[in-house]
Amino acid sequence: MSNIITSKDLCLWYGDNQALKNITVDIPEKSITALIGPSGCGKSTFLKTLNRMNDLIPIVRIEGEVCYENKNIYDKDIDINELRREVGMVFQKPNPFPMSIYDNVAYGPRTHGITNKAKLDEIVEKALRDAAIWDEVKDRLRKSALGLSGGQQQRLCIARALAVEPKVVLMDEPTSALDPISTSRIEDLIMQLKEKYTIIIVTHNMQQAVRISDYTAFFLLGDLIEFGETDKMFSNPKDKRTEDYITGRFG
Amino acid sequence: MIIMRSRFDEQLNHLRKKMIEMGAECENIIALATKALFDGNVEEALRAKEEGIKIDELEREIESICLKLLLQQQPVAKDLRIISAALKMITDMERIGDQAEDIAAIVATLNGRVGDECIYISAMAEATIKMVTGSIDAYVNEDLSLAKEVLKHDDLVDEAFISAKASLIKMIANNINDGEYALDLLMIAKYFERIGDHATNIAEWVIFSVTGIHQQGG
Repeated sequence: MSNIITSKDLCLWYGDNQALKNITVDIPEKSITALIGPSGCGKSTFLKTLNRMNDLIPIVRIEGEVCYENKNIYDKDIDINELRREVGMVFQKPNPFPMSIYDNVAYGPRTHGITNKAKLDEIVEKALRDAAIWDEVKDRLRKSALGLSGGQQQRLCIARALAVEPKVVLMDEPTSALDPISTSRIEDLIMQLKEKYTIIIVTHNMQQAVRISDYTAFFLLGDLIEFGETDKMFSNPKDKRTEDYITGRFG
Repeated sequence: MIIMRSRFDEQLNHLRKKMIEMGAECENIIALATKALFDGNVEEALRAKEEGIKIDELEREIESICLKLLLQQQPVAKDLRIISAALKMITDMERIGDQAEDIAAIVATLNGRVGDECIYISAMAEATIKMVTGSIDAYVNEDLSLAKEVLKHDDLVDEAFISAKASLIKMIANNINDGEYALDLLMIAKYFERIGDHATNIAEWVIFSVTGIHQQGG
């Protein structure tokens, strides 16, 4: 399996505050990688560096590199819109746009210039099917997305991310606002998605990391302490700090 | 910041105590069976049966503690290894109890004849008690070198079994009327040899619970 994203000596500062310290890691494609660690450890910051979401914060300074398909995404000639099309993102709270279910999913493709109705129909259906929500919404595509339940809204947001045919989907605690049943549906969905996509997910739920991820990265105070196969890390972690954190004796 | 999971740690300590208790019962039952064998004491042999019941009860109790811990605490890493090792170890301890009971049951049919006519058996009894004690101590104290020592001891038990067998064959050759007695002793020797194997399994699970690597020897 080849690596789709690699970061080398990645450092990030918020003003004077260093939030990431020399992060070097390779993320294999078509796998699920969980980023874990206590609040403020840098895991969400790291996630956001992968599609340059941190560019939106003026005081952020970045050194080192993040390569997506062997190209440094912090190079000057990078098209950020194109990068964010290929590396999509799903947030903690479902954030559907106040428009119809159909328009939510068609939004991305339209901004990328697709106007043909038949083509859009096809894209919307495929994305909703991939996000395992098609059967629930196919008869009300023109209704407002805000009428969906929280779990459905989150799957709609995943469909919206998939509609622009990304290769990588970044997820920032995508189930933390959902009930157990919706959580379990999203987890099943994430595991199906890895056939086609690379998933990188920030989670505070250790059991979720164990259940769904192939690889886990443990962050602490801006350092990447340990990266490896999830099964191995949760049965026999190499670093004492990882052991203390995942067994709940440190945090 | 260090956070103690005090309730969980208490439960793990409780599990350790129960493991010590079950280990002690295993030592006891082997000692009882051995004593009955060398004293020709049928009453002692019958007491081994009672001990066996205690061991079975402890197995069920520890099993339910482990299942509760898995359910409530969703343990990972070392916690998970300690609990899953305990679940495997109690099966071997229960078998040790059964085999000691089987030894006692044979003693009860020896009609007062004692087992000291085969010196290798007493060596086996001594070595297996040491192995059981050592493997449980190693679990409780997470003592890797002690667990490895237990593994070495098994070779001594196996050698003693081969010697016992040879001496019992000689016994039959010398006096054909001793045939039944010699076969009974051979079965007893075999049970001790199996007890050694179970203690070896326990020590291997101890090594797993400390290192995360489960090596299977035999």
